[in-house]
Amino acid sequence: MTDMEVRDNVMEQEEGSTVIPTINRHEFTIFFDVTNGNPNGDPDMGNMPRIDPETGHGIVTDVCLKRKVRNYVEITREQGEGHRIYVTEGAVLNEQHRKAYRSLREEDVDKFKELKPKDRAEASLLTHWMCDNFYDVRTFGAVMTTKVNCGQVRGPVQFTFARSIDPIFSQETTITRQAVTQEGADKDREMGRKHIVPYGLYRMDGYVSGHLAEKTHFGPEDLELLWESLENMFEHDRSASRGQMALRKLIVFQHETKLGNAPAHKLFERISARKITDAPSRSYADYEISVNSEDLPNGVTVIER
Amino acid sequence: MGYGIKLHVWGDRACFTRPEMKAERVSYDVMTPSAARGILEAIHWKPAIRWVVDRIHVLNEISFDSVRRNEVESKVSAAQIKSAMNGRDAILNQIAPAERQQRMTVMLRDVAYVIEAHFEMTSSAGESDNPEKHYSIFSRRARGGQSYHQPYFGCREFPVNFSLLEDGDEIPLSYYRGNVGLDLQWMLWDLEYGEEISPKFFRATMRQGIIDVPDLYKREARL
Repeated sequence: MTDMEVRDNVMEQEEGSTVIPTINRHEFTIFFDVTNGNPNGDPDMGNMPRIDPETGHGIVTDVCLKRKVRNYVEITREQGEGHRIYVTEGAVLNEQHRKAYRSLREEDVDKFKELKPKDRAEASLLTHWMCDNFYDVRTFGAVMTTKVNCGQVRGPVQFTFARSIDPIFSQETTITRQAVTQEGADKDREMGRKHIVPYGLYRMDGYVSGHLAEKTHFGPEDLELLWESLENMFEHDRSASRGQMALRKLIVFQHETKLGNAPAHKLFERISARKITDAPSRSYADYEISVNSEDLPNGVTVIER
Repeated sequence: MGYGIKLHVWGDRACFTRPEMKAERVSYDVMTPSAARGILEAIHWKPAIRWVVDRIHVLNEISFDSVRRNEVESKVSAAQIKSAMNGRDAILNQIAPAERQQRMTVMLRDVAYVIEAHFEMTSSAGESDNPEKHYSIFSRRARGGQSYHQPYFGCREFPVNFSLLEDGDEIPLSYYRGNVGLDLQWMLWDLEYGEEISPKFFRATMRQGIIDVPDLYKREARL
């Protein structure tokens, strides 16, 4: 038997007759902007905003945005049932968390033993348990250590690098502090540096696979939470370095089937953003975003949120 | 053979990680046959078939870019999950700042390839499986932009755009079309999934932008 067949068999055994609601394929695009802030520092460049050296466009990495989605879910769902976050930023403060995992009921434990740790089946059971408890494992996937290959979860949601619409200008501002860190220093203030982007509008394209969603039990509610997180992720990520960041637009292409009804790149090409002023851009009003929803391929719906 | 397909694939970035440089990922110069197989399988695969990559056309100039990201060090162990499942104390979370590692990725930018491949039936093929059927399913999906999951160039943050080249469609011109030969040295061919997963390598040479890929499943590579 292949891995996949084993996994499917285990799912049947595990769930019995319960039907888990499924979702179809989706693509989405987000536009977010930054005003006088640093959306994503580059550790290689002394924390300057990430810039594509050849074109001058700003970059925000996939993992940077995933972090914000995780943080949003962590804050709003408070590590509740099924919404725990595997890769957390703060230490796990509450020891109670440990006991709060939804442990298997007695009969399931028996069944679990019956499975005879045939390694693959067991690994798959562990994987499913992680998916059911952790929102980020279910959404983005995770790699877990097991002897066999099933310890790897490929999540349905795929993020890409975000890129600014126009080349960005990174400005270095020098700041002073009226206090010194070390005692006995013969000075009464210190100077520091902040890198800011006066204004930048960024675009990120993403994908949601219906088939992988089915595998990790990522359902319609989870998808709704993903949209909610994208819409609000910057609202809970205020800091001195970020400046003002905001989500400006979320555009979702919803397919009628799991396999999808049109090539993703053709859908993404329907979205365009351009600067409508000549001067350097300083606000969202300097841009025009348009979505061409005429003659959409059959079975594709555009949702603008 | 007979049921060969040609798939045009392109994207902004790619990272076909060299196995010897995995901690700080460095990409091969071109797509590996293994990555090409992954792309085909993302569109259509069943245990009844095995994709064999015959040729990879490199269409764009090879150029690199790098990015350093914060990553985490460890993975949760199976034993930990098991004890948490049974209601015992276990911390499953990874605390990102505590195990932060800054790692570099040297990736390719602005890539485009044509994958020439065919598939063979495996011993798992049932009575209802025949080459015609799988060929039709693949072509239909590739034509309509359908996929099981969005294919990617080595890492999931580098998505693949794809379109099927039909019979009679011209293969786009390669940047290396005038190039007589470029030795790309030993490259990963694919992983063999037996009892143990073992890598297999081949000596890749690009002529006129085309890399001929041997089928090592059938023939062990010799110098």
